[in-house]
Amino acid sequence: MSAPNKSYDPVEVEALKPEEIERMRDEALAAFAAAGDLDALAHAKTAHTGGTSPLALANREIGALPPQAKAAAGKIVGQARGAVSKALAARQTELEAERDARVLVEEAVDVTLPYDRVPAGARHPLTTLMERVADVFVSMGYEVAEGPEVEAEWFNFDALNFVPDHPARQMQDTFFVQGTSPDGKATTGDESGVVLRTHTSPVQARTLIDREPPVYVVCPGRVYRTDELDATHTPVFHQIELLAVDEGLTMADLKGTLDHMVQALFGPDMKTRLRPNFFPFTEPSAEMDMLCYVCRGESVGNPDRPCRTCGSEGWIELGGCGMVNPKVLVACGVDPEKYSGFAFGFGIERMLMFRHNVDDMRDMVEGDVRFTRPFGMEI
Amino acid sequence: MRVPLSWLREYVDLPATETGRDVQAKLISAGLEVETVEQLGTGLTGPLVVGKVLTIEELTEFKKPIRFCTVDVGQANGTGEPQEIICGARNFAVGDKVVVALPGAVLPGDFRIAERKTYGRVSRGMICSGDELGMGDDGTHGIIVLPPEYEIGIDATVLLELYDEVLDIAVTPDRGYCLSMRGVARETATAYGLPLRDPALLDVPAPNAYGYPVQVSDPIGCDRFTARTVVGLAPEARSPIWLQRRLQKAGMRPISLAVDITNYVMLELGQPLHAYDRSRIDGPIGVRRAEAGEKITTLDGTVRVLDAADLVITDNRGAIGIAGVMGGANTEIADPVTDPETGFVTGTSEVVIEAAHFDAISIARTARRHKLSSEASKRFERGVDPQAAAAAAQRTVDLLVLLAGGTAEAGVTEISAPSAPRTIAMPANHPDKVAGVDYGRETVVRRLQEVGCDVYGQDELVVTVPSWRPDLNVPNDLAEEVIRLEGYENLPSTLPKPPAGRGLTERQRTYRRVGRALAGAGYVEALNYPFIGTQALDNLGLDADDARRRLVTLVNPLSDEEPALRTTLLPGLLGALRRNDSRGSHDLALFETGLVFRPEGQPGIAVRLPVDRRPTDEEVAEVNAALPSQPRRAAVVLAGAREQAGWWGKGRPSDWADAVEAGRTVAAEAGVELIISADQHAPWHPGRCAAFHVEVDGEEVLVGHAGELHPRVVKAFGLPARSCAMEIDLDLLEKANEGPLKAPRISSFPVATQDVALVVAAEVPSAEVETALREGAGELLESVRLFDVYTGDQLDEGTKSLAYALKFRATDRTLTVDEATAARDAAVALATERTGAVLRGA
Repeated sequence: MSAPNKSYDPVEVEALKPEEIERMRDEALAAFAAAGDLDALAHAKTAHTGGTSPLALANREIGALPPQAKAAAGKIVGQARGAVSKALAARQTELEAERDARVLVEEAVDVTLPYDRVPAGARHPLTTLMERVADVFVSMGYEVAEGPEVEAEWFNFDALNFVPDHPARQMQDTFFVQGTSPDGKATTGDESGVVLRTHTSPVQARTLIDREPPVYVVCPGRVYRTDELDATHTPVFHQIELLAVDEGLTMADLKGTLDHMVQALFGPDMKTRLRPNFFPFTEPSAEMDMLCYVCRGESVGNPDRPCRTCGSEGWIELGGCGMVNPKVLVACGVDPEKYSGFAFGFGIERMLMFRHNVDDMRDMVEGDVRFTRPFGMEI
Repeated sequence: MRVPLSWLREYVDLPATETGRDVQAKLISAGLEVETVEQLGTGLTGPLVVGKVLTIEELTEFKKPIRFCTVDVGQANGTGEPQEIICGARNFAVGDKVVVALPGAVLPGDFRIAERKTYGRVSRGMICSGDELGMGDDGTHGIIVLPPEYEIGIDATVLLELYDEVLDIAVTPDRGYCLSMRGVARETATAYGLPLRDPALLDVPAPNAYGYPVQVSDPIGCDRFTARTVVGLAPEARSPIWLQRRLQKAGMRPISLAVDITNYVMLELGQPLHAYDRSRIDGPIGVRRAEAGEKITTLDGTVRVLDAADLVITDNRGAIGIAGVMGGANTEIADPVTDPETGFVTGTSEVVIEAAHFDAISIARTARRHKLSSEASKRFERGVDPQAAAAAAQRTVDLLVLLAGGTAEAGVTEISAPSAPRTIAMPANHPDKVAGVDYGRETVVRRLQEVGCDVYGQDELVVTVPSWRPDLNVPNDLAEEVIRLEGYENLPSTLPKPPAGRGLTERQRTYRRVGRALAGAGYVEALNYPFIGTQALDNLGLDADDARRRLVTLVNPLSDEEPALRTTLLPGLLGALRRNDSRGSHDLALFETGLVFRPEGQPGIAVRLPVDRRPTDEEVAEVNAALPSQPRRAAVVLAGAREQAGWWGKGRPSDWADAVEAGRTVAAEAGVELIISADQHAPWHPGRCAAFHVEVDGEEVLVGHAGELHPRVVKAFGLPARSCAMEIDLDLLEKANEGPLKAPRISSFPVATQDVALVVAAEVPSAEVETALREGAGELLESVRLFDVYTGDQLDEGTKSLAYALKFRATDRTLTVDEATAARDAAVALATERTGAVLRGA
């Protein structure tokens, strides 16, 4: 409610003329419409709605009117002020929208600009592929086991039924670690009994010695053989090994586990094939192949559709497998009458090569960021 | 083992339509690794005929001697006229029978034979060498000169058996018997369900006392020795074409008839044989261990110094052969020599044939010791059928009589140590239990019989294994035979049910988190070889007594420059940094996690434990004690820009602080807070090196370092200037982890912020000032953040100003200004007391 107007004698005051009020209202509306921007509108707002604006003054005069005139005058002035404030709000909204539109256009940027301020890092695809394979088995209930890379020959060979002088022992070209012979001299042959592990299989023996069956483990890791680096060989490479020892395990279980793995990694209609082979630590032993996930075997005998991935063989060689040789169980203190087991192992480099179309092994070992970066965090 | 299909068919009546590829598939599924099937005669079409050289005109006007020949090819050329042919080879004479490719023939390599003018004449065909026909090496590289008995004009592709298929089989160590036609034929017969004609089934005369004298003084090393003598050999007799061709197809070179026959019989029966020129043996043949230092010149012309463990064949003079590996030069079969005047051929006319059986391990060791792997040693190492020796000797005698016109002497020497057949007891359902398939007893017995076993018993089988299968020793070996013959491809696919697993261990999760965090921070993982040499350690500027110089060394490194294993991850990473830089990637952040190898004490000898029982925990500990410590570490290296310049503004070079931050990142993932202090430690810049400590059981333990590399190290490795590095021990971080994070209490009362600028001596580490502020401020302090470091004109020389924002907050009330100020003053007071800090402007 306005304060009583003391500066005017109510008696002397002329009754508010409706046309006068309408004029004030129209002037205000015109001023708002004429305001071209928010600043001008703010100015017009002060002029037409501020404390000293004509309508405000008129409003104040209502108080001085004789009671019988107040109601009518109040109605007229109120309506005028209502129209003015509505017009102001409308114009305010209008101008704000105009301004926003203009400013946002002015602030537009080229969103196609490249941004490599801190280029992304990446994990090595061999690391992530190894994890991915391990995770297939972890989800089945297997655990991940680890072992040393500089390993005792006993774990690497003897416990796995590689008897001394067996030709199989020469199949793998082994790095021997220098020891000190009793006379204090450095050893020059295999006398130290310490090697760089030639496969992840010694982890099998360590696990069986450490744990009571049932044992279900996978062992990913780095292994070493004395091959010179070239497009298809590297002296340092990675394997993943699986070992299951339990009551009543069969070769059919091995086959099923392999099938499950290739399905998890390469798609639901994948399968594996076993071919008889020889490994000292398994008996029976098999070579395992997987159906070529690219041509699904359709390139075989089909020269029009050759397959680079499998060389039109239809199958891709994965690695070796078999039923754990009872001699291995005995050497690790597991009763072969009660327990049986299966195991397999394969090279991660090879799988990376055919899964990701890598041509040259050297790309995996040289640490060139151009090779590794596109693989990102997971594979 | 290279197996010609035509030869294989001699023992198994394979269907005529069966190709090498078909046989390959069958043998692969039976467990033989048939790597390739070579198609002989590919790209060869006739006419290729036998011709007789009528005239030779020597053309001398050319740079090399050229012959213009006329050759009688009978009616093969359609006219019966002599064929005129230009030839550059010289190892034939008028009257020789040769192989002629007539115009229209195509030789391997798309070599089309046509009438053509050359050397001023018209040549109508070609006189062929073995190489040109794709026959393999016959040792001469010259024109094939055929024995005279072949008819002029007949098809030489048939005569020389040029069309054939050869299966190349990589024989695994357990299947030594497949290093023979007999063994492969047995597998083929079984795979096809066809009968086998066993070439070892020969009538062999009983041993008697008047054979060539042999004394075996080491019956363990040599448990069987058969000697036969053939006399009256025609020195001029040559191996017939069929024999030469089979040897060639099997990958061996024809040499002389007697040697070719022993090789042929070895290929056929798997029994290595040796033929001695009897006139060159002095006295009885002996078998014994060599005397250490004893010398022998082997057939390859090498003088070898023998080891006391080597088994040798001797005569009165000493060693005349390394048993089962290679014969000696002094009793070698003589090459036939033709007297140029009389045409009379002299050469070996009497031979003693040795068919012996030697200990596999002894032969393996000798072959390895002398780096001498021969066809004989390969077979003995993998196990030769001891029962085949007599048959092999007989077969050799028969062929010498047949092909060389010799006479077998009646004497038969046979020395053999007594041996019983090996038997294995096995429950009849054992193969079923191994496979997870119900084969049934009938199938098991039938399959074992096909392998060559004698099988008795019902539920419990007693299986006598054949003499050629030394690899069959335990029930699982027999199970494999049954399962492979029933077909691995017919195994069902079932899944076992492992007990519920516990997932990855905390440590395994940490490794993954560290990798992800570093990659997330822009680092790219490099997996470097762990091989290093002292050069790398010198480049790192390590002191002579630095622990990282104590190395695990390899006996047989790939490179003598890098004979040891890394004791730090840095050399490998710095190598990768330099390689990337030299390949044009200059803004680099690399990381690696992996093992380093640190010897503990003198490298020892790991004892060989028994394999017939579980080793005791003490035994395992003793073996492990011989291994070096192998902690897992993480490391990063940086060079160039950490943030690149671009349209957004300036870039920022990577610096020591990034390296230190990488350490904090790793530690945070391991759930550990680092205590950071200044250090001087190679290979880092002495003024820009941080040491990382963590608290383990109340003790501060050093876990790593970070900072800018020493300029000398940068130069030595050829790195970009101001390269930085960090290395930290993940195993130690794991020890410092105190379990799951305790969640902070969040207060919703207002914060009171107080900024302080403290002036301290330049050398005071900010970490100490901050620690003092934290402790002094008391429990109202929520956080401290250093937001500015200032040195310059407005400060005294040798001082710096550290500006901190302190946030105070209570959990139960709004702090008053006085409370916040009091806490700040207490914080500053402790900083002053500990570090001499003075409030700036105070």
